[in-house]
Amino acid sequence: MTRSAKLALIVGACLLAVLLMDHPVLAEAAGAAGQTSSQYPWWLWPVLLFVVTFVMGVAAVLGGGGGGVLFVPIISGFFPFHLDFVRGAGLLVALAGALAAGPGLLKMNLASLRLAMPVALIASTFSIIGAMIGLALPTKYVQIALGVTILGICVLMLTAKKSELPDVPRADRLSSILGIYGVYQEATTGQIIDWKIHRTWQGLVLFVAIGIMAGMFGLGAGWANVPVLNLLMGAPLKISVATSKFLLSITDTSAAWIYMNNGCVIPLIVVPSLVGIMLGSFVGVRLLKVAKPTLVRWIVIGMLVFAGLKALQKGIFG
Amino acid sequence: MDELEKSLQARPEQILYANLLEKGMLFGLILVLATYIVYLTGLLKPYIPLEEVPGCWHMSVDKYLDHCRIHAGWAWLGMVGYGDFLNFIGIALLAGITIMCFAAIIPVLWKQNDKLYALFALLEAVILGVAASGILGAGGH
Repeated sequence: MTRSAKLALIVGACLLAVLLMDHPVLAEAAGAAGQTSSQYPWWLWPVLLFVVTFVMGVAAVLGGGGGGVLFVPIISGFFPFHLDFVRGAGLLVALAGALAAGPGLLKMNLASLRLAMPVALIASTFSIIGAMIGLALPTKYVQIALGVTILGICVLMLTAKKSELPDVPRADRLSSILGIYGVYQEATTGQIIDWKIHRTWQGLVLFVAIGIMAGMFGLGAGWANVPVLNLLMGAPLKISVATSKFLLSITDTSAAWIYMNNGCVIPLIVVPSLVGIMLGSFVGVRLLKVAKPTLVRWIVIGMLVFAGLKALQKGIFG
Repeated sequence: MDELEKSLQARPEQILYANLLEKGMLFGLILVLATYIVYLTGLLKPYIPLEEVPGCWHMSVDKYLDHCRIHAGWAWLGMVGYGDFLNFIGIALLAGITIMCFAAIIPVLWKQNDKLYALFALLEAVILGVAASGILGAGGH
């Protein structure tokens, strides 16, 4: 795909988002939330939420992102819910996806518990702090920070490279002490791959920031976990992706409890979202064979750009 | 089983963790769906009538709690007789299963003389337990 075609796709996705915003129900709802959302029958919202999160689940699989990162910016931009409830639901959505994937990845030995545990200790502690900061700050500041973060994620998605098997000449001292290494068999080639990591403390320091952002915005943090595990610490891509997914089940658990204990869970928002995104992911996996993931990936990035700008606009102009 | 085959397998604590996580996750999801059906069908009367929920979800959480006279934290346990609060059982199970998994692998790691990771598992269970306990308050908007 040429650069101009990619640009056209992003613009197209933004236009689609604008059109969606112009839909009377969503536009009114996103504008004067309280009064208008109660003008419509209560069941309209869970049904709309289910449909949108289902599409989001499909797009997340095909676009290579997690549902968690799409949920908060898109739902807070297009639905009449306060950001507090969207973040609470976002964490539970990301958590449910991670819980569903975790057991299989652990059993296949693609997710490494030994790699995840030291990282999780840091990320989950700081996601608690992030959640507390996010709930203490005025909403407009959180919206602005969310907008900036989402736009940053788009840049990361556009520029970050991936390395199937990063070159790690020697395990560093800390990873040797922690015994972080492993062996797995590449299913496509049958090759046996011995892996180890390096730059461990630098990676652990970055998980402080990742934890804070995950908790503060209610985002799944796969977009940040994978580059740190793969590009910085040198874990193979498959191990990084699988361990990142499993890691979310721990990081999001700690932040989810903070949101839950503060009353940020409304079942009418949480359950349709959770079911929609899980069913969508299920269908997305099946569509992978026939769909063009690159196209979907560009649409996802376009939607995120729009959602990031929308969050900025909400934060700055109210 | 030769050395290579053994090294390709997940370690015992990882398998135990995965099995527990799988059972808890499935049970939690079923519970979430079942309680949601009870809620939507009105089998149990909700604390906030369904048609009034859209009038509340645009408020910040502090205003919502105040407006609906709901106490934060574990107060929902005393309200599970209502259809909406019944949903919290499944959600809490999904959010709590990881704590159980970490607690369960501590003895396995200790037995393997892997005291450092046993300590990590204990610390993780404590951190998540503290988050779940509700003792960490958060400031309001």
